[in-house]
Amino acid sequence: MQFQIAITGFIALYLFMLAAFGGWVIIGRVPAILHTPLMSGSNFVHGIVVVGGIFALLNASTVQEQAIGFFAVLLGAGNAAGGYAVTDRMLAMFQVSGQKPVHAKAHHAKIHRPKKA
Amino acid sequence: MFTEIPQLIIGAVDLAAAFLFLYGLKRMSSPVTAPSGIFVAGLGMLVAILASFLYIFSVDAAAKPHLSVNIGLAAIALIVGGGAAWWSGKRVAMTAMPQMVALYNGMGGGAAGAIAAVELFGNKAQGATQLVVTLLGALIGAVSLSGSLIAWAKLDGVINKPLRVWGQQAFNGAVMLVTLAVGGYIIYVAQSGVDPLIPMPQLITLFFGCALVFGILMTLPIGGADMPVVISIYNACTGLAVGLEGFVLQNPALMIAGMVVGAAGLLLTLLMAKAMNRSVSNVIFTNFGSIPKHKQGDIKGSLKPTEAGDAGIFMRYASKVIIVPGYGLAVAQGQQKLYEFVKLLQAAGVEVKFAIHPVAGRMPGQMDVLLAEAGVPYDLIFQLEDINDDFASADVSLVIGANDVVNPAARDDKSSPIFGMPILNADKAKKVYVVKRGEGKGYADIVNALFYADNCEMVYGDAQAVLVKMIEAIRGLGLSAAA
Repeated sequence: MQFQIAITGFIALYLFMLAAFGGWVIIGRVPAILHTPLMSGSNFVHGIVVVGGIFALLNASTVQEQAIGFFAVLLGAGNAAGGYAVTDRMLAMFQVSGQKPVHAKAHHAKIHRPKKA
Repeated sequence: MFTEIPQLIIGAVDLAAAFLFLYGLKRMSSPVTAPSGIFVAGLGMLVAILASFLYIFSVDAAAKPHLSVNIGLAAIALIVGGGAAWWSGKRVAMTAMPQMVALYNGMGGGAAGAIAAVELFGNKAQGATQLVVTLLGALIGAVSLSGSLIAWAKLDGVINKPLRVWGQQAFNGAVMLVTLAVGGYIIYVAQSGVDPLIPMPQLITLFFGCALVFGILMTLPIGGADMPVVISIYNACTGLAVGLEGFVLQNPALMIAGMVVGAAGLLLTLLMAKAMNRSVSNVIFTNFGSIPKHKQGDIKGSLKPTEAGDAGIFMRYASKVIIVPGYGLAVAQGQQKLYEFVKLLQAAGVEVKFAIHPVAGRMPGQMDVLLAEAGVPYDLIFQLEDINDDFASADVSLVIGANDVVNPAARDDKSSPIFGMPILNADKAKKVYVVKRGEGKGYADIVNALFYADNCEMVYGDAQAVLVKMIEAIRGLGLSAAA
């Protein structure tokens, strides 16, 4: 069996169109109160670029390619990790009336699910 | 067989990651489910990154001898880049969030540009379509990188003034044209096989150089008040660049994630621009300060200063108070004191609500986050369209550190530069208190007619200091009132 994916021509355009439409619909439902975490959260999602960076770096065969590939992974990892850290912190702060008051939130942000370096 | 199993795993994991991203973003549609949403998306990211190391089983023949070095480099880059960003993200103050988001966003753009650079320098792009898409992704990624860095510098106060020179637009346009011309020439040379006038690597370097310069030049003239729109645009740009590079690398997870973010960024950009009553091109290509000044001599009434304590006690005996916080509150670090004051009012039986304008703060929704940080429950926080009719039945609206977003000129005065901008109807309340540092004007640099209205009184001073005085005044009434 062959698992190599080939996305060419119109297939790519269909994929882009559906993804853009899906993104538009999903994001359109997010209330204004969450727009900052939404922006940092979507910022985190494009941190997936780090996967492309790893691919490029692993396939590097010259010093120049290695250097640029290293740069790509470094920046991509920063995008992903930073985006996650700030979004998670912000979302932990939102609470309803009657929930445990002010101090709970500071600790909440620190109780952390393990994540990648 | 040996190379197929890793490929199968990568394919399956990337599919799962793409699903988890979409599902995670969907869970962001309510503050209740949002924290689990980001966790779900994070999980997708984690497995995608781990699975990407399986690419070692299918690397190019030329890269085989360097494989162990490359794996080491990738691990170091992940730990250093991820660790540094994680560390800074855990510590950054909530008021500094816009510049932090700009910075992380620039990193993503830079990463997309760097991937394109590896493809271009290594001559790996196959065929005209691949090459065009690679160059397009490179261009957008590079512009997003340098533009985001300038946005970061502006928001962080490193660059204070918008830089505007005569003929700037024409010059920026020329730089863009040169960039496109160089890109077109690269495609022409690669496709026709003719000898380029200057060697290919230099051509590619020139292309990236021009794109980076364009990003800087485009962002420099945009003023600080417009930065929310700019960050949002660059967020969309980075998403687009990531999606395009995903196509080049034939990775559907990158394509989907990138496009979703591109669409999300576009939507947010349009929402922001609408809230400011300006078109996106107006934000990018003209500057607020350059709008011709209109005469402002026809405002009736006078400014009526009052004491913070008196205002505090008045609100204590009101039955409904709506608070309009603006960025000035955050500058004075007054959110905690504000919530303390609100709790005193609530204990005395006053109904208190917060009214948030879409552009309060330096990025969409930042004021909501700042209030949440101070412990304000989100069911007290209302957005413009949900609360605007409430002002008429409120006894007091308390405007703290906000200005242009409550200027009735946006409703009534056709000649005003902000005419048509949706505003909070704070002036409709029976009584308006405006807490303000001095008599200065807001971002838009126009006189606010609200301040001169008959039902409006001004409380001058630093927001935090004023709130402390209000709290003391209410506590001074005795235990029964302060509860």
